[in-house]
Amino acid sequence: MDFSLTEEQTMLQDSVSKFIDNDYDFEKRQSIAESTKGYSEEFWQTFAELGWTSVPFAEDDGGFGGGPLEIMLMMEQFGRGLVVEPFLANIILVGGVLRRLANAEQKEQWLNGIIDGSKQGALAFTEAQGRYTLSDIITTAKADGDNFVLNGSKAVVLNGGRADFLIIPARSSGKQRDEDGITLFIVDAKSAGISRSAYQTVDAHQAAEITLNDVRVPAANILGELGKAYPTIDAVIDEATLAASAEAVGIMQTLLLKTLEYSKSRVQFGVPISSFQALQHRMVDMLMGCEQSKSLLLWATMANADGSTEAKQAISAMKYLIGTTGRKVGQEAVQIHGGMGVSWEMDVAHYFKRLTAIELLFGNADFHLDKYAANI
Amino acid sequence: MNVNFSEEELAFERDVKAFFKDKYPDDIRQKQDRGINLEKEDMVRWQKILNDQGWAAVNWPVEYGGTGWTPVQKYIFANESAANNAPAVVPFGMKMVAPIIYTFGNEQQKQRFLPDILASNVWWAQGYSEPGAGSDLASLKMRADRDGNEYILNGTKTWTTLGHLAEWIFCLVRTSSDVQRRQEGISFVLVDMATPGVTVRPIITIEGEREVNEVHFENVRIPVENLVGEEGKGWTYGKVLLQHERTNIAGVANSKYRLGKLKERTSKNIHGATPLLEDHAFRRKVGALEIEIKALEYTELRTLAAVAVGKAPGPESSILKVKGTELQQALDELFMEAAGYYALPFVRDQYRLDFPTDDKIGYSTETRSALRYFNNRKASIYGGSNEIQKNIVAKHVLGL
Ligand SMILES: Cc1cc2nc3c(=O)[nH]c(=O)nc-3n(C[C@H](O)[C@H](O)[C@H](O)COP(=O)(O)OP(=O)(O)OC[C@H]3O[C@@H](n4cnc5c(N)ncnc54)[C@H](O)[C@@H]3O)c2cc1C
Repeated sequence: MDFSLTEEQTMLQDSVSKFIDNDYDFEKRQSIAESTKGYSEEFWQTFAELGWTSVPFAEDDGGFGGGPLEIMLMMEQFGRGLVVEPFLANIILVGGVLRRLANAEQKEQWLNGIIDGSKQGALAFTEAQGRYTLSDIITTAKADGDNFVLNGSKAVVLNGGRADFLIIPARSSGKQRDEDGITLFIVDAKSAGISRSAYQTVDAHQAAEITLNDVRVPAANILGELGKAYPTIDAVIDEATLAASAEAVGIMQTLLLKTLEYSKSRVQFGVPISSFQALQHRMVDMLMGCEQSKSLLLWATMANADGSTEAKQAISAMKYLIGTTGRKVGQEAVQIHGGMGVSWEMDVAHYFKRLTAIELLFGNADFHLDKYAANI
Repeated sequence: MNVNFSEEELAFERDVKAFFKDKYPDDIRQKQDRGINLEKEDMVRWQKILNDQGWAAVNWPVEYGGTGWTPVQKYIFANESAANNAPAVVPFGMKMVAPIIYTFGNEQQKQRFLPDILASNVWWAQGYSEPGAGSDLASLKMRADRDGNEYILNGTKTWTTLGHLAEWIFCLVRTSSDVQRRQEGISFVLVDMATPGVTVRPIITIEGEREVNEVHFENVRIPVENLVGEEGKGWTYGKVLLQHERTNIAGVANSKYRLGKLKERTSKNIHGATPLLEDHAFRRKVGALEIEIKALEYTELRTLAAVAVGKAPGPESSILKVKGTELQQALDELFMEAAGYYALPFVRDQYRLDFPTDDKIGYSTETRSALRYFNNRKASIYGGSNEIQKNIVAKHVLGL
């Protein structure tokens, strides 16, 4: 067992960390979040130039050849800076699918644009009825000659509104929650029959409702094998869960630091409020929550990087713990800031909102506790 | 002791039900049920309807236009009002300043202010907190300096809820600094917000709306008649008011209503998915919350009964405030959990009546759930934070 970082990993971490410190203060973040695009195209290009958008991809594909550990290091920093650029949606979700399933031609057409930052994508893995069950898919794909015809709707698709292309899981056979019979289609987002309604989310990211009405897709746009997409979706969502959890840990640590700072400077009853034991104990609890979360983040990330048989349990354990302690840490940070904690102008309010959104992504605490407990 | 309603109480309940059925405006009901923000006009209209019925001032003494209801009647009314999802009265006039005026004000003040509060002609705001004086309210700095028949006000109040919609504000101000205890030298004054020198600036809260304000006073002159009670005794009056405020904040009837909605919402079966309420873990959480709410309902009834035999709500009101807000917040969490991904959309326009129904995203209870959760973190902060309430209980109830 070894918790130390390689030189390359340290360099990657430093480069993201420097960017956050030098270019991404809260004011900047807010102005980006409130712009029409909701992210900075300029910064996205910077991410590509610095090689960040290529991190998880194979060197043969033009990538950096990194794995879950590298992603973790970056995402923690993104959490610290409350970065709104769509790294999770493009690099982890879309990139995760393409990396595994795209053939040479498909990589050329779709993956290159993701890596060089010229294209935006979205993985439409959620449907309204499905909650967190990835196999719960009622969007249909019917074969029609060399084409497939897609019908259905997708809910709260991350980055869905501004995506140039979509990866759509649809049911080509089987029943509503069968793992077998799910196929992935990759389509231009402007294809006939696709309508999108885009919106901002409460954490200043973006999503869309997507309706598919007789969307004709050539069979050549299937990613991987017909009806066999589930294991890939599942593996990609595992990676996304890890990445989002790393971001959450970065946020939790930042909330703790900001709360400590604030409590030392805010004076009531003639003393800094940090001198009240009622608050001290709670900040200690916050610290313990951060440390425990970080521990499981490391365990789960390393287990997944090694392809360990424990990986799935570790990921569920981690998401459960980060879901529950993250909620606590966020609430305490707000509470200890008093009225300031619920003000739009304060950064903690926005860290709290993003942390809450992550709690709701890819399975909440109940969902992952169920998954974990089923295998003890 | 008896857990059942008497014949008279049952008859009263029927009257209240009939009243809501006949008199509660449909457009307001629609807005409430769809999670659309009310306009001031809506709230005033509803208050006037209540007032025409003689039911606006639930807690006031009969001589000033109050209902004279027993605790059980108040309980019945609160439950029916919540069950109809009717808007709660904006508390600052009716529930906060009025009790101070009829308890500590002079005859002229009673005649001047109470009728307009009762009829919702004048809206009030609460000017207690300052940037430097939150939990430690007694450290407030806003000054009122006597100049002939006037006071000159200078200072800043903050977190002033609905201050942008209010015509009057009641403030705790410092009339003397030459005192032994900081609580002395504080006075309770009433200020017409149209007086020159008053400026109101918005503070946007976490979910993105304007609900609170910062109110600046620069050489604002008010007549000395606007002082309530004795100069320098404002702290004592203010404290009584805070205890009223805390009892009000508990919101048990509303929590009961929301719990019912949560159960209704999560027992629906959409597109072949198993209703969430059938999920064992979720169901237990709903059950546990229902038990806590039931307990608080009885705790509140016991407090009301004590008030009815002449006791002012004492430090026990802190218990209602802490528990009541914790349960509201626990409900917020469950609504958000229930919404899952649909807690995420932030589509402000869909909370307008003219927003096309077809374009709506999720159900209003879903898509508002995270916003409400964020906003309602305030509940454990305002009205004296829950930490401060626990300090009060420790000191005054437990004698520590
Ligand atoms: C949405 C909203 C609406 C409001 N509306 C109004 C209004 O209309 N009128 C009005 O006058 N005020 C209003 N308030 C102000 C409210 O009463 C104050 O926010 C509250 O008293 C807390 O003060 P503060 O925000 O300055 O926090 P602080 O007093 O700075 O407290 C920060 C933290 O320290 C804790 N703390 C402080 N002292 C102690 C202690 N001795 N022991 C343990 N913990 C302690 C607090 O509990 C809190 O967690 C409103 C506030 C909000 C958020």
